[in-house]
Amino acid sequence: MGLNGTAAIVGYAQWPHVRRYTDEKRFTIDQWAELTKQALKDADLSIDQVNGIVCSEIREADMFTPATIVEYLGRPVNFAERVDLGGANPVGMVWRAAAAIELGIADVVICATPGRPIPSNPNRGPVDPRRYFQSSSHKWGSPQAEFEIPFGNLAQNCGYAMIAQRYASEFDYKPEALAKLVVHQRESAALNPLAAFYQKPVTADDVLSSRMIADPLRMLEIVMPVAGGGAVVVASKEIARQCPHDPVWITGFGEHLTMKTPTFAKDLCRSPVGPASQTAFEMADISRKEIDACEIYDCYTITVLLTIEDAGFCEKGEGMEFILDHDLGFAGDFPVNTHGGQLGMGQAGAAGGMTQVIEGACQIMGRAGDRQVESCRNVYVSGTGGIMSEQAALILQGS
Amino acid sequence: MEFEKPLPLQTPAATPFWKGLQDETVRLQQCDGCSHWVFYPRNHCPRCLESSLTWRDVSGEATLYSFTIARQPTAPHFADEVPQLLAIVELKEGVRMTSTLIHVEPEELRVGLPLEPYFDHVSNEVTLLRFTNNSDKTCE
Repeated sequence: MGLNGTAAIVGYAQWPHVRRYTDEKRFTIDQWAELTKQALKDADLSIDQVNGIVCSEIREADMFTPATIVEYLGRPVNFAERVDLGGANPVGMVWRAAAAIELGIADVVICATPGRPIPSNPNRGPVDPRRYFQSSSHKWGSPQAEFEIPFGNLAQNCGYAMIAQRYASEFDYKPEALAKLVVHQRESAALNPLAAFYQKPVTADDVLSSRMIADPLRMLEIVMPVAGGGAVVVASKEIARQCPHDPVWITGFGEHLTMKTPTFAKDLCRSPVGPASQTAFEMADISRKEIDACEIYDCYTITVLLTIEDAGFCEKGEGMEFILDHDLGFAGDFPVNTHGGQLGMGQAGAAGGMTQVIEGACQIMGRAGDRQVESCRNVYVSGTGGIMSEQAALILQGS
Repeated sequence: MEFEKPLPLQTPAATPFWKGLQDETVRLQQCDGCSHWVFYPRNHCPRCLESSLTWRDVSGEATLYSFTIARQPTAPHFADEVPQLLAIVELKEGVRMTSTLIHVEPEELRVGLPLEPYFDHVSNEVTLLRFTNNSDKTCE
């Protein structure tokens, strides 16, 4: 079932993640084109070879997104997808690109996630106070508008905090383990010039004494919003063999969705990344032990903990011990988020999860420099959208 | 800038629920096909897709499934509620709903805490179902 593993990531563009973006602001479609140009250059391919795109939302159009992008690029395509999985978008985008290539309907597919600010509209009217409701739909008929928003169950912090609190009631909750995870990731970020926290490591005490935001989550366990963006080029085997970098084969994926609001999760402590990862490992026909690095979606520390457990790297309830027992640094025995993760790079909106895909490719290509994992051949990547409500997993492998 | 507190955008399928709250009664739907209790209100059972559901009055007895204490407002509209005691509440019938806790000290919060409904008549038209563990205080 699934992919044969004959499509590969052959190049990428990763913009630096910066807290304050001071360069010229451009529209999302401009950013899409710039990322495309840079990623194609990295793969030594030309725009004339592109015949597929996978996008997510753009700020300039609510509908007809792929057509808007294709028109701007001036490049007709045979395959165009818009993925709507929040933070799981990049993982969802990459497997769709690989599937289209394996089906033979495209040869070179661009997956891009711009995440820089756009120009301020000089003609904008008064600010709609509902903008604070963010990803919670405030439209009439939306269950959130009727049953969530009136209680202030908004944004992400509180949902993840309630997952963590539930976990603490069922299993052993060790704040020091989650602090250790942050320390490891910030060590890797300190070596990554593209990270917002480049050269800024933290101690466990820093994490444990940072401000409580939503119990039990503290500030340093939560991603910081930044500007950034990234893109990957996915290509067929024939094209991949001509590209300068070692191809990063997409050999397995899985995706699983269960709900929108965690209140309606069957079991808050068992996340959809479990079934998604099981599918991915079976498709790639690879065991957990063969994985050299994990690039785990990390909007919060609790997300990483649940993913380590649910993806099957340890038993349910033993994740805290597992973190304490392992070195999660790039040179450790269980490397996690070797680029610093989003906790170390900062979260550039929907582009956040693309850092995990790009780092997986970067490690397999052997281009990670100071933070290179030794003989890195097999990488597990996860993506998380909503509040652990829509998740996806990828297996990336070298030749 | 003024941030008026958002009220529920009520839908036809949930009318009996909202009317019940105004009368200080908790009502839930139960599936005629598989007996599954349903929340939020809708026209199909989320277990078997049966479209025949019956409204029943229930006690509103519940336990705390999970919670958090939001130390900074989740939106400016809720600044006056900080620290917000956000909760996932599990009713005796097994359904879960989002709510906020009232007349509860943050230190008392623990998963499994027994709760009772607190009918918060926020306007003439709208009653919100909050929960408390201290019914004495609710009579004040």
